[in-house]
Amino acid sequence: MSSRFDPWCAVATVLAILALAFPVAGGEAPLLWWGAPAAAGGLAIFLLTVLHFAWRRPTGAGHNIILLAAVAVGCASALGLVHGGGAGGHTTFGFWLFVFGLWAATWRGLDGLAGVRSFDAGRQRLIDLSVPVLFGLWLVFLLEVGTVGFGVPQVLLPAPSMIGARLAGSLDILAADFQQTFLKAVLIGYAIGCGTGFMVAVLVDRVPFLQRGLLPLGNLVSALPIVGMAPIMVMWFGFDWPSKAAVVVIMTFFPMLVNTVTGLTAAGAMERELMRSYAAGYWQTLFKLRLPAALPFVFNALKINSTLALIGAIVAEFFGTPIVGMGFRISTEVGRMNVDMVWAEIVMAAIAGSAFYGVMALTERTFTFWHPSYRERR
Amino acid sequence: MTTEALPVVAVRRRTFGRLMAGQTGPVLVVVTAIIVLWYAGAIWLNTPWQIDLFERGGVEWSNADLVRATLAQDRPLLPAPHQIVAEMRKTIIDTPITSKRSLVFHSWVTLSSSVLGFAIGAVLGILLAVGIVHVRSLDKSLMPWVISSQTVPILAVAPMVIVVLAAIGVRGLVPKAIISTYLCFFPVTIGMVKGLRSPDPLQMDLMRTYNANRWQTFWKLRWPSSMPFLFTSLKVAVAISLVGAIVGELPTGASAGLGARLLAGSYYGQTIQIWSALITAAILAALLVTLVAAIERVTLRRMGMGV
Amino acid sequence: MTAVPVPPVSLATPAPAPESRRRVVDTRGLSLTFQTADGPVYALSDVDIAIEQGEFVSFIGPSGCGKTTLLRVIADLEQPTGGDIQVNGVSPREARLGRAYGYVFQAAGLYPWRTIERNVALPLEIMGVPATERRERVRQHLDLVGLGGFEKKFPWQLSGGMQQRASIARALCFDPELLLMDEPFGALDEIVRDHLNEQLLRLWDKTGKTVVFVTHSIPEAVFLSTKIVVMSPRPGKIIDVIPTDFDRDRTLDIRETPGFLEVAHRVRQGLRAGHSYDD
Repeated sequence: MSSRFDPWCAVATVLAILALAFPVAGGEAPLLWWGAPAAAGGLAIFLLTVLHFAWRRPTGAGHNIILLAAVAVGCASALGLVHGGGAGGHTTFGFWLFVFGLWAATWRGLDGLAGVRSFDAGRQRLIDLSVPVLFGLWLVFLLEVGTVGFGVPQVLLPAPSMIGARLAGSLDILAADFQQTFLKAVLIGYAIGCGTGFMVAVLVDRVPFLQRGLLPLGNLVSALPIVGMAPIMVMWFGFDWPSKAAVVVIMTFFPMLVNTVTGLTAAGAMERELMRSYAAGYWQTLFKLRLPAALPFVFNALKINSTLALIGAIVAEFFGTPIVGMGFRISTEVGRMNVDMVWAEIVMAAIAGSAFYGVMALTERTFTFWHPSYRERR
Repeated sequence: MTTEALPVVAVRRRTFGRLMAGQTGPVLVVVTAIIVLWYAGAIWLNTPWQIDLFERGGVEWSNADLVRATLAQDRPLLPAPHQIVAEMRKTIIDTPITSKRSLVFHSWVTLSSSVLGFAIGAVLGILLAVGIVHVRSLDKSLMPWVISSQTVPILAVAPMVIVVLAAIGVRGLVPKAIISTYLCFFPVTIGMVKGLRSPDPLQMDLMRTYNANRWQTFWKLRWPSSMPFLFTSLKVAVAISLVGAIVGELPTGASAGLGARLLAGSYYGQTIQIWSALITAAILAALLVTLVAAIERVTLRRMGMGV
Repeated sequence: MTAVPVPPVSLATPAPAPESRRRVVDTRGLSLTFQTADGPVYALSDVDIAIEQGEFVSFIGPSGCGKTTLLRVIADLEQPTGGDIQVNGVSPREARLGRAYGYVFQAAGLYPWRTIERNVALPLEIMGVPATERRERVRQHLDLVGLGGFEKKFPWQLSGGMQQRASIARALCFDPELLLMDEPFGALDEIVRDHLNEQLLRLWDKTGKTVVFVTHSIPEAVFLSTKIVVMSPRPGKIIDVIPTDFDRDRTLDIRETPGFLEVAHRVRQGLRAGHSYDD
């Protein structure tokens, strides 16, 4: 773009100046202007920075970081206004114009940062990582000022700060739920489901007839709502974790079966003929060629299953549990309208799910480093 | 030249042989084996209770009596396939559709919300993918979150969405559809981003040599090349949207829908009801996936990508 | 799998004297017909060929002439539908079970999850060679193909030519009597190909192996071979067998000599005679 000003920062500047003309809070509450020194200071720093950026249009990683730092200062003063600054629940135009100004500047900063190309691989990775992280922080900030600023009822959507407080305040309950659902139901069910799926796949592979018969069915089952088996499993295995583990077993079995059977056919014709030319036996071919070639498929199933297992265990708990467990907590606290506790539980589930997946992805990378999808990065 | 050819050994292929050489025969055999095992399992699982019943009633019984009785219990631990078929016949064909006991009615309730959610989710997912492919900072900032959201057990949010929306007065179809939307949205986005990026550099360079603008490149190259990816993710999404609708029916004690049938069945120990709801859900899922696959086949064949 | 004893490394043994030669491959009326949806394909028809110990024999012909099929029949990767074939005096199957040959494919076919060293060791592992001997043989054969120092690399970190050299080392390391090569340099560029041709010739001279080599390059066939078998398609059959008598220590320069050109001319004529240009 050939305009004289940096468009996003110009918008941010205009919005920030306009914000000065309106009260921060009003409505039923007494009018509040930009009088408080902390709020005014933050706004001033932000305004001067975006003005400079709009005028001089500097680029490069360093300048974008400075801009984002100014945004952070602005965000801090906005947070100060809604928390304890007296604006919570009664925010008006002035405040939101300022937030939109922050938004424009954030966009400019992140866009600039996303476009940075560094020859240093480590630095590039740091930048590639920081963009989504900063974006995530920005979303959390929006959620926080949105919920607190508008005074959204806690039942509808609790502020992130409340969820954080609840998370920190009920670590013992969360730990017990985590142990019940994740360490028992998920891990045990996952191990059994993936293990049997793998072994059945190796057996099925020896009988082409079974392979042709089972593979379409396995594919079909992968599309079915298996979590619906939960009430039956509760009936068979009782209320405690074994019934949840059983649901996890059923959910993880078929993806592993289908993927491993497919993976065992992944070795190329030439590689097989090579083994044949060595007069290698079935087991030698299996261990030296076909299983290594199947590893990417096996790990694919392990990754898919890591998510499925957690879903299966949590949903199975909706059908009845002892009074502990992540699914149990979610369903009962929802009933009591303790939405912040539900969110705390969901945050934990998200962390557990991502960590589980991450561990599988890392293991995959160490074992299938040779696969074309990883080679480029070496 | 040599690998794909078959040996000359003249095998006269009869119909049976051809059936068994393809997929149909083996699948039929495996399904039959599953049904046989199912009966065996039903007899085995239901026997202890039945013996208990006989002894309490002081009834003289033979093994044949036992087998017959285990396959005809009211609330068996594992109902026999024919009991489920009978129940489904009763609740699907013999009951009027308007009745609350009709499985067609319950299926419709679940199906309508899952299809609505699927449609919205697919459209939103495609739109977001288009944005991500064309806007660098969306790609850099949002895409990592979309990908990592796949590792989060999203379904756990379902009860809260239902309850919170009910608290502000939104009930019925929409909350369940929102869950389905949410579940469909991410796989479609990821599949479409991959698909819209699938044209190889050569094809993109060709568009550059024509000085084609983004709009033309999109409609003439990116969009057509993304079709196989779109349908692959739509198949995943349609299956998952049904799961979302069913789970969405669990927490509020909803009175209609397949999820509600499952929950009611589990409250009252009506195993036959649970199984028939489950089988119906499975059939629905299979039908939905088959439908998408059929559309995929027709579309891809028209575009010359079919097989 | 029982370990089959592997003969000791015989790099030092010179090529055997001509008179003591025995037949390594011997076929009589060999034919192979593939049944396809479009009717039978006569891949090989009435092929008689004898390959003696220490020879370097090339099969040359247009695609579809059955040269690869013939090689695969020798390797027991394909079953003939008629005629007789003996490899080392026994059936191809027995020869394969006795680990009589090393096979080099069109592509290197190295396993990407194994280092070069462990790729070359693969057949030795399968044949139950103890670890210490394995290491020794791998080192020897990697040096032989000029890949010393690349032991710990992964195949995908090497160039195509180096990969193919590693696959030759892999085929040689268990010291089979016979080396079967199916257009091993077909996928490489001409400069690398010339270089590897020279190296292969040195290798053959040094080890005294019998080599059966499939190619569709006339200069390659003439440069490498002691005997050139010209084949033609539909049905796949032998048109001409051309012996050559170049020095064992020839270099690429020989390609400009009249003797070389004469042989090449005869090969070309054979190919022309066997090839109908109607398709």
